[in-house]
Amino acid sequence: MGKDYYEVVIQPNRSWLYVDWKGLLHYRDLLWLLVRRDFVSKYKQTILGPLWFFLQPFLTALIFALVFARGIKIPTDGLPPFLFYFCGLVPWGYFSQCLLATSQSLSANAHILGKVYFPRLVIPLSIVISNVAAMVIQLVTFLSFYFYFKFFTPASSLIQPNEFLLLLPFLFLQAAMLSLGFGLWIAALTVKYRDFQHLVGFLTQLWMYATPIIYPLSVVPERLRWLAVLNPMAVIVEGFRYGFFGVGFLDVGYWAVSFGMTCFFLVSGVLVFNRVERTFVDTI
Amino acid sequence: MSKPMIEVENISKLYRLGEVKPRTLREAFGGWRPRGRSKDRGSSRPDTFWALKDVSFSVARGEVVGLIGKNGAGKSTLLKILSKITEPASGLAFLRGRVSSLLEVGTGFHPELTGRENIYLNGAVLGMRRREIGRKFDQIAAFAEVERFLDTPVKRYSSGMYVRLAFAVAAHLESEILFVDEVLAVGDSAFQKKCLGKIGEVVERGRTVLFVSHQLNQIRRLCHRTIWLEGGSLKQIGSTADVVGAYELAMSSFSNGSDDRKDPSTNNGFGRLAASFVGWQILEPSSGKPQVLSTEGPFAVKMAVRFNKPVRDGHHGIALWNGDGLLIWAWAVGGLSVGEGLHEFVYRFQGLPVRPGVYRWQASFYGGGKLLDMWYCLPELVVATEPRTHFRDEWTGVLNLPCDFCVERVTQ
Repeated sequence: MGKDYYEVVIQPNRSWLYVDWKGLLHYRDLLWLLVRRDFVSKYKQTILGPLWFFLQPFLTALIFALVFARGIKIPTDGLPPFLFYFCGLVPWGYFSQCLLATSQSLSANAHILGKVYFPRLVIPLSIVISNVAAMVIQLVTFLSFYFYFKFFTPASSLIQPNEFLLLLPFLFLQAAMLSLGFGLWIAALTVKYRDFQHLVGFLTQLWMYATPIIYPLSVVPERLRWLAVLNPMAVIVEGFRYGFFGVGFLDVGYWAVSFGMTCFFLVSGVLVFNRVERTFVDTI
Repeated sequence: MSKPMIEVENISKLYRLGEVKPRTLREAFGGWRPRGRSKDRGSSRPDTFWALKDVSFSVARGEVVGLIGKNGAGKSTLLKILSKITEPASGLAFLRGRVSSLLEVGTGFHPELTGRENIYLNGAVLGMRRREIGRKFDQIAAFAEVERFLDTPVKRYSSGMYVRLAFAVAAHLESEILFVDEVLAVGDSAFQKKCLGKIGEVVERGRTVLFVSHQLNQIRRLCHRTIWLEGGSLKQIGSTADVVGAYELAMSSFSNGSDDRKDPSTNNGFGRLAASFVGWQILEPSSGKPQVLSTEGPFAVKMAVRFNKPVRDGHHGIALWNGDGLLIWAWAVGGLSVGEGLHEFVYRFQGLPVRPGVYRWQASFYGGGKLLDMWYCLPELVVATEPRTHFRDEWTGVLNLPCDFCVERVTQ
């Protein structure tokens, strides 16, 4: 027997707080293979391949620039509109992609999950990780435009990169945590109520308008700003922009609130998801 | 070491029937209420049913146990619970070793990925570490016979190749406990044979196996003991010959009540007549049980007949029926003169080369042109010899013939 000996106990109704961390560690290879699968399979048999990662935010930013800046004339803190939108779309794109994919992770993989056991958390985790690749490509695209505007256009004086740029990886981590937390909540709820499957697309769309992507937080009246800050994504997007341009809104108090909320959603999401995953194959 | 590898204690599983969606918001919130208040919810409700009810058994190290039962008897649910795919409603189970389950081959295969990538992915889904898969990679590819196509996406594989690859990955899992659910129902017969061989090899290496199959011949070949589930409960557990025999009997036409069964003790209708059959058994059975035939060699059967008055020039007929209602053999003898009292008819056979299963004797006695007694003998005869037939049930014939095979070159 020795160290290889172990015992699996199967019993109903373990505590809400029980999460199979040991199992998760054992399946870490599966995590990486799923990341790879996601990445490889998404763009196999497409002509443009990973170029799609670049095209999506590029075209969206272009359309936003035409519609919102040229058409409706929403201010952009004095920044070139295209760059302004692009900057917001990079973290938002990552967040919304992760949110949509993780929220469907249980129902989309029901055929596998009904036949074999592995810690179900592996799937949403793999989604959040594999989306990093797309995000990096988008970030690089954004940076090339950023440098172009900084060095080759008259807008260069408006673009003031600063030490808050160092916060960038941290803000991405927070976006990942937030999307994972929300995604897990919705995935768990979708198991019982399919309504959430339809709701999540709509919700993401609404959420984008509640996040300062097509407008700067500075246009929100002072007395309503706390409301906007209740949205953790607002702080992430605004912080992102602040690092690159030196304009916008960054407040340690607001950020602490948003980070606290992120942690709350993540922890509660993991627990709820974990609660549901134990018997979800019976209902799905 | 003395502890069993698998220990199942009163495992139950409750399913809800019909619409899972709650009809009202109140019901919806009711479902999320803490467990304490809704403790006995369900058990009395008509729209629920017990897929498993208080199932307990244990499996020792190195034992191969078959799991049989009709569709919906709870076999798959039991395997799902034991492989942690879903939780039981109540009960406990202990698995003392690394578990792997083969509930379906090819789970987690992604059509766009190549054979090589899928071997890694599927292996990881089944719980293997990347290093372990790497070590066994060549064996897996060789077993599946797909070496030439390793870099082709599996969506271009033939279904045979796909299944072979999937089984190969699963078969190379290193674990102490293996759950197998009906996987052998796939692939061509040559590959099935290979799979069966692989499972046999697994068994020889001392792994503990729980094996679900509808192919009773596979169960007979592989399993030491067998569990029979019916309607979610344990119907019978014991040696494979006994349990499979009893199961086959229940499934056979014997049990559907269409034939005129007769209990020899009451002897209705024939009670006042001159002769009655009162019992039968195998003479000195090697199985130790009077109605279980475990030898392919010579054996003898005796039948006890009570005569209430002497019979002259009697006729005796005996027949053997199989579970499908097919007449296997019949024979008759005439000119029998028997005195009053209990007699034994003894039949000596050189062997009974019929396939393992349940059979029933039919015995009759005529005197003076009239039927004196006819009896479909109970209990049934259980033939529990080694199966020597095709490994799929649909190719199992009536006989069980040992066969030496060789290929000889014809020189011209």
